[in-house]
Amino acid sequence: MSDKGSIDIDYLANLARIELTDKERELFSSQLADILGYFEQLNQVDVSGVEPMAHAFQVENVLREDESVEGFDANTAVEHAAAKRNHMVQVPKVVEG
Amino acid sequence: MAVDLHFKTLSELQALLSAGELSSVELTQALVDRKEAVDDKVQAFNSLDKEQAIAQAEAADQRRAAGSVLGPLDGIPIGLKDVISVKGQPLTCSSKMLENFVSPYDATATTHLKVAGAVLSGRLNMDEFAMGSSTENSAFKTTVNPWDLERVAGGSSGGSAAAVSAGAVPVSLGSDTGGSIRQPASFCGVVGFKPTYGRVSRFGLVAYASSLDQIGPFGRSVKDVATVLQTIAGHDPKDSTSIEQDVPDYAGAIESNKSPWKLGIPKEYFGEGLDPEVKASIQSAIDWYADQGCEIHEVTLPHMDLAVAVYYIIATAEASSNLARYDGVRYTHRSKDAENAIDLYFKSRAEGFGEEVKRRIILGTYVLSSGYYDAYYLRAQKVRTLIRLDFMKAYETVDALLTPTSPFVSFKAGEKNEDPLAMYLSDIYTISANLAGIPGISIPCGLNSEGLPVGLQIQGKPFGEADLLAIANAYEEAHDYSSQHPSL
Repeated sequence: MSDKGSIDIDYLANLARIELTDKERELFSSQLADILGYFEQLNQVDVSGVEPMAHAFQVENVLREDESVEGFDANTAVEHAAAKRNHMVQVPKVVEG
Repeated sequence: MAVDLHFKTLSELQALLSAGELSSVELTQALVDRKEAVDDKVQAFNSLDKEQAIAQAEAADQRRAAGSVLGPLDGIPIGLKDVISVKGQPLTCSSKMLENFVSPYDATATTHLKVAGAVLSGRLNMDEFAMGSSTENSAFKTTVNPWDLERVAGGSSGGSAAAVSAGAVPVSLGSDTGGSIRQPASFCGVVGFKPTYGRVSRFGLVAYASSLDQIGPFGRSVKDVATVLQTIAGHDPKDSTSIEQDVPDYAGAIESNKSPWKLGIPKEYFGEGLDPEVKASIQSAIDWYADQGCEIHEVTLPHMDLAVAVYYIIATAEASSNLARYDGVRYTHRSKDAENAIDLYFKSRAEGFGEEVKRRIILGTYVLSSGYYDAYYLRAQKVRTLIRLDFMKAYETVDALLTPTSPFVSFKAGEKNEDPLAMYLSDIYTISANLAGIPGISIPCGLNSEGLPVGLQIQGKPFGEADLLAIANAYEEAHDYSSQHPSL
């Protein structure tokens, strides 16, 4: 299933968009190796022909009429943004130049 | 007013209110006073808006005076885990990420409580984003066990369990993703009920693992949790996974559904790792049901030992996706040190999330990452199917399953939080109900030799809440455990 000890913690932190400290990097690497080792027991089960289960009760295509419903006004929607201007969320510059 | 209001059940309080011997304002004030007297020790509350609670209680008293009582919860204080939205109240999830967030809308469960006239009294502490089994992962404080202040309340709904146990509210709501209602209920000596997946709307419940999360009640008696469940259950168009099925009359079912039942004892719950005193308590409960004429069957759930592995793959995978929304941009904590837009994500998430949340996001990211998806996530989903089929097979023979809620009583604070895998394994008896989507209740089953509560778990068929409540109530009525309280 996994090559133990081969966890690329920097790759994962990058995918998850979390900056880790050196201490966290070291701690998580060793803890995740243990946890993934524990997961190995799933390899002992024969799952051939078994359907994967995403939810306890299969519900599909839950649709409603395409009618407009009341939502937040712009002020409420951006109320908790750390920086805002003219009812909009303000972020650092994304595109240079 | 009577000095011991704080340990009265919801039914008793309701009777006092109906008889005019107590007003909701008096009750709410008494419980606010109780909270102020004990919460320095217990640390169950993240916040409590007294003025708002008293205003709601005044409205309830006015309705009562006008003869227009809304129902059994009218004027009754209820605490909510700090993961369930109440418009205008804080919603922190015990995380720095949402430390200053105030809900702009009500959860559907909250709406039901408001319509029923309940007094929403306090935001209750929890493991950050509901990730943990001891409430030690809260970014703000550790809730301790009212029975022994050196021990944990359990988790993740530790505040919801401890607040009821300590007498600060008669009932509360929590959420259960892998045992987060049942295990703290067991540790704190109260009743905790996780309904069938889809029975209660998740709209307005901050998502951890969406295919497993379910809101449910805590209380001092089985009838009390039935009353709360009756109020919050039902289909909701705002939650596409809530199920369109009528909600039965739970109080009526408790009265009419009587022994004997067919009860299963899954042998996998009684093996290695089970504390001998817990085992003895559960055995005496099984013997009691047998004495009532119940048929006791040994059953087997062959894939049970894989449940923890399956859970920590599926739950962390879903969490890594769900918690991507906390990006530092729209409504969360935002780092002041970011140099550019991408850096804003990295630094805000580094500062806003605690260690366990980061660990689970990284783990979930791993099991979903390219090259590992089939080996971990897809395989876990298949084993999840096998776990569910085990339960359905058992329910061909029996009505419900009797087991311990937890392999042990409450443990000491600090005992397990350095070893994530040991902490994960403490959920071993509760996790499979979430994977299978079935309901489960934990009820007090006596105290061990150290005076710590033991919990009996009863798991039932999908949408078999009425049966479970009747089975649990029979045991409760024949025993005096619900009237035992911690001395604080």
